Amino acid sequence: MKITRTKAFKVFFTPIWESNPVSGQILGICSALAVTVQLKTAIVMSLALTFVLAFSNFSISLMRNLIPRNIRIIVELTVIATLVIFADQVLKAFLYDISKQLSIFVGLIITNCIIMGRAETYALGNPPFLSLLDGIGNGLGYSQILITVAIIRELLGAGKLFGFQVIPDALYAIGYKNMGFMVLAPGAFIAIGLIVWLQKTVSKE
Amino acid sequence: MENLVSIFINSVFVGNILLAYFLGMCSFLAISSNMEPAVGLGFAVTFVLSITAPANWLVYHYLLAPGALAWAGLPLVDLSFLKFIIFIAVIAAIVQALEMIIDRYSPPLYMALGVFLPLIAVNCAILGASLFMVERDYNFIESVVFGASSGIGWMLAIVTMAGIRQKLRYADVPSGLEGFGISMIIAGLMAMAFMLFSGITL
Repeated sequence: MKITRTKAFKVFFTPIWESNPVSGQILGICSALAVTVQLKTAIVMSLALTFVLAFSNFSISLMRNLIPRNIRIIVELTVIATLVIFADQVLKAFLYDISKQLSIFVGLIITNCIIMGRAETYALGNPPFLSLLDGIGNGLGYSQILITVAIIRELLGAGKLFGFQVIPDALYAIGYKNMGFMVLAPGAFIAIGLIVWLQKTVSKE
Repeated sequence: MENLVSIFINSVFVGNILLAYFLGMCSFLAISSNMEPAVGLGFAVTFVLSITAPANWLVYHYLLAPGALAWAGLPLVDLSFLKFIIFIAVIAAIVQALEMIIDRYSPPLYMALGVFLPLIAVNCAILGASLFMVERDYNFIESVVFGASSGIGWMLAIVTMAGIRQKLRYADVPSGLEGFGISMIIAGLMAMAFMLFSGITL
């Protein structure tokens, strides 16, 4: 059997492009917009979310036969919130500056609909290993959008990537200007709208 | 007093919780295609925010903040890392209780807001407002004003969006941009309009 035909492969790769959680299913947009002014914060946020998503899927799937149906939401929230606290404390300990910049958005991973959504629709009905893969896949799908938006915003808005200047000085000398608009909130909305347009058009063909 | 007015103006217009901080996007996009539910959800969010922000203020300052447990004889305990999980539990509990109280005492209000209340527990605007309140170090009165005015700002945004989207049905949007894409671009234009307020200082 070829690797591309296995179920695990499908579980892992579908959410990265075809049914991307952000652009395909419209989940988890809040943070996708807020942390994308710089590439650095976007990557850290993506890692935090992928971590939380993978392990929440894994642990909820492990407990799926023990959780009573009526209180499943509160159990899920507890698992997710615990993982988020863990991620937040790690960030505060090792990447203090970035965790200050991300401010409340690490905490808001708790209410990110991607995580609840995957726990409800996937982890509650599938074995732990597949759920873990589904979590990582969806996390990467989210990261992909986040990083694309961040690259566009940082490059056009500040002429930098990872804080290093990319646009050469010569270009500024002949009158090129940074697009300050991209750094502000409306830039994020419009950038993500255009990316979704592109993705939908490309995947239709 | 001046301080409170400035918090109000700031959270309704300049730092609109939806258009400047992107909180509560999921329900914003899902519910804004019709006017009536948008107004209902807007009121529900305002209502819940004005209760949960002060409630979480009390919880944070009497239980979680560094040194907050001094009244219990534990001045060195710092439980602030628990704020995420406690805030979300407080919000879920308040929403649940509100739903039961409204159902019991005001059936018409329940008809109007009832369906939205469960949705609100996981709306990031609610948790976000509580976390902002801690981060910006508001006092109790400020947190009341902040909660209510954030809700009003959110309502303003979703009602405007619903109005625009109703008109949009008659527009010829390129395929591929329909639905999510065009909504994001409209939100971007609205955010730009709201930014005009940022020059106003009190």
